[in-house]
Amino acid sequence: MKLIASSANSTGTTSQNVIELANDVDPRTLSLAGVECIALNFPKFTDGRAFSQAFLLSRRLGFKGEIRATGDVLADQLAQMERSGFTTAVLRADQDLAVAQRVLSNYPGYRVGRYQGDVVQVSPHFAN
Amino acid sequence: MYQYTEFDRQFVKARASQYRDQLTRWQAGQLPEDEFRPLRLQNGWYVQRYAPLLRVAVPYGELSSAQLRVLATIARDYDQPNAALLEDAQASQDKLGAIPLKNGQSVHTRLTKGYAHFTTRTNVQYNWIPLDKSADVMDLLASINMHGIQTSGNCIRNITSDERAGIAVDEIADPRPFAEIMRQWSTLHPEFAFLPRKFKIAITGALEDRAATAWHDVGLHLIKNEEGELGFKVLVGGGMGRTPLIATPIRGFLPWHQILNYLEAIVRAYNRFGRRDNMYKARIKILVKAEGQHFIDQVEAEYKDIVELDGAPHTITQAEFDRVSSSFVAPDLGDNPGGSSQQPVAGDDLEFSRWLQQNVAPHKNPDLRIVTLSFKRLGQAPGDATADQLDIAANLADQFSAGEARVTHDQNLVLPWVRREQLPELWAAARTAGFARPNIRLLTDMIACPGGDFCSLANARSLPLTEAITQRYQDLDELHDLGEIDLHISGCINSCGHHHSGHIGILGVDKDGKEWYQITLGGSDGSTLSGAPAAGKVVGPSFSAAEVPEVIEAVLNTYRAERLPVNGKQETFIATLRRVGAEPFKAAANAVRFAKAASTKAETDLAGQAA
Repeated sequence: MKLIASSANSTGTTSQNVIELANDVDPRTLSLAGVECIALNFPKFTDGRAFSQAFLLSRRLGFKGEIRATGDVLADQLAQMERSGFTTAVLRADQDLAVAQRVLSNYPGYRVGRYQGDVVQVSPHFAN
Repeated sequence: MYQYTEFDRQFVKARASQYRDQLTRWQAGQLPEDEFRPLRLQNGWYVQRYAPLLRVAVPYGELSSAQLRVLATIARDYDQPNAALLEDAQASQDKLGAIPLKNGQSVHTRLTKGYAHFTTRTNVQYNWIPLDKSADVMDLLASINMHGIQTSGNCIRNITSDERAGIAVDEIADPRPFAEIMRQWSTLHPEFAFLPRKFKIAITGALEDRAATAWHDVGLHLIKNEEGELGFKVLVGGGMGRTPLIATPIRGFLPWHQILNYLEAIVRAYNRFGRRDNMYKARIKILVKAEGQHFIDQVEAEYKDIVELDGAPHTITQAEFDRVSSSFVAPDLGDNPGGSSQQPVAGDDLEFSRWLQQNVAPHKNPDLRIVTLSFKRLGQAPGDATADQLDIAANLADQFSAGEARVTHDQNLVLPWVRREQLPELWAAARTAGFARPNIRLLTDMIACPGGDFCSLANARSLPLTEAITQRYQDLDELHDLGEIDLHISGCINSCGHHHSGHIGILGVDKDGKEWYQITLGGSDGSTLSGAPAAGKVVGPSFSAAEVPEVIEAVLNTYRAERLPVNGKQETFIATLRRVGAEPFKAAANAVRFAKAASTKAETDLAGQAA
């Protein structure tokens, strides 16, 4: 998953075909034709609805474009985001990029392995 | 017991290391309190009224003697507040006053340290470990394959089961392998790390439900269908708190190997649709109640997609089931270890026979027995164990139970592999240790939360009341005559003491800044004794702390007056209550309310004692 410092993220329109989705929208109601990037939102980092949206987009719908985490995006939730199907995370303004990289690499699932399957590695540990 | 693989061991170590890093960043001011809080909660660390609370995970209640010894070490070496903190806390609690007893004595709060507490979800809690020692404690726990993963926070919590799992006479199938497989599946599940609220699963595999499954977010019953195939009956949406609700059956039969796929469907629906606007309306029970069949349809549709579109990667393979099951075999107890001819001395016979009756249960293997060590006695809060007591329990587990013990939903400890011939020797040893009070399932075998003495959520204290009631009912003849009664007490509506499911429930409420208690009658946890699960009904306006022991006495006197023999035995309290109805009990309870003048005097007396 690519980590983007918030300052590096342009908030204006880009050449990309970006859809922004509120975190209570069912991704399956969208038309994804031609969409290159879907920005999902964490209004508060404790609101985990976007994890399910990312799962549905990537695994259920097979969306191959960018799935971007925006909003209250903090270092200690990046691993859950990556494992749920996010391909990019725009860090909240006060989050240090180097700290975020280190915290992400300190996640038990990356240092040792993870029990359950996820978007990145679909099979659970017991099936490997 | 489940045998940790190298992967499992490294995982809990890595988790402890991750937590240490998070703690260090917080201590250095690099991680704000609001952002650290969910991280420490998901490792078991609350901040309570006077000190942090640690909740150690005990998956489906199983402990080894080695683990008990580490829990003892933590109690001895870490559950130690500095003297000033303990003194201040004691002084604050003393201001609340004592509970006067009829005999002129009174019960005070008595804060202690250096001990562990068995919880109603079969975990272990400590009340005094300082946060700056928390990472050290997590490392120590990891060294013995223990942790606090997801014992708190808005995530999937400890999965609880039946204290007789794998050894019950009425067993259909052993729930423990499934509990362990679900535990692993739920551990650090990335999509479900920030649910609307906590999520609790209970699983049973016997005819009787001894795990209060109907009171959980998800309740699972192992059953066999007409073809003899093993599967689950699935219930969703039970819970206590402000809106007590009994779980709704949503699937009559689910093949066993699909359980993780089905759980994924349920929890995904909850993550997506559970309310996030009001934390008191955020449990799945609210969603189930609001949406009814629509919710069930959503779950079934999602489950269908998981199977047909996602390829159901979490279908449990036979290989994995076999691997995990292989841990849960009966231990080889070898030949008769001797000591079989030892009999209790004359004079002890009555107490020994009472202990056999209440504290010893039949076992799937007719040569063995299930023995409960009672942690309900005078002078110690229900479910508490000192460091020394934990060490003794470990020794008893080694000597009498193949090194295994279980924390129970009732806050006691079970020894699951006791040879019948060793009962007299075990009884003598348990009695010396203070674990042999023959009160299991009787009135003084209460379920109680720590209450206002420790918990900042509480409206009122629970422990002085449990002590007062235990003092009043010390006489074993009277206790046995009253028979099996579920008395549950919670210090607040969060219901950690499961008051809703008590035959008699006591709930601490806040009125005018003072401690008052609602009494409920007729609750049930769904066990055979208690009948269909149900929330108890309030008897009337709340009572003062001083009145509560009088109310309990009045209610129990009414039971004795109304009960009838059934098949040559006394009717149980709950049976009498259901037959006769609540009115006589309510009348008796309300009749003991102190007159206004008397209650003012009682308050003045309490204030005088506290000064």
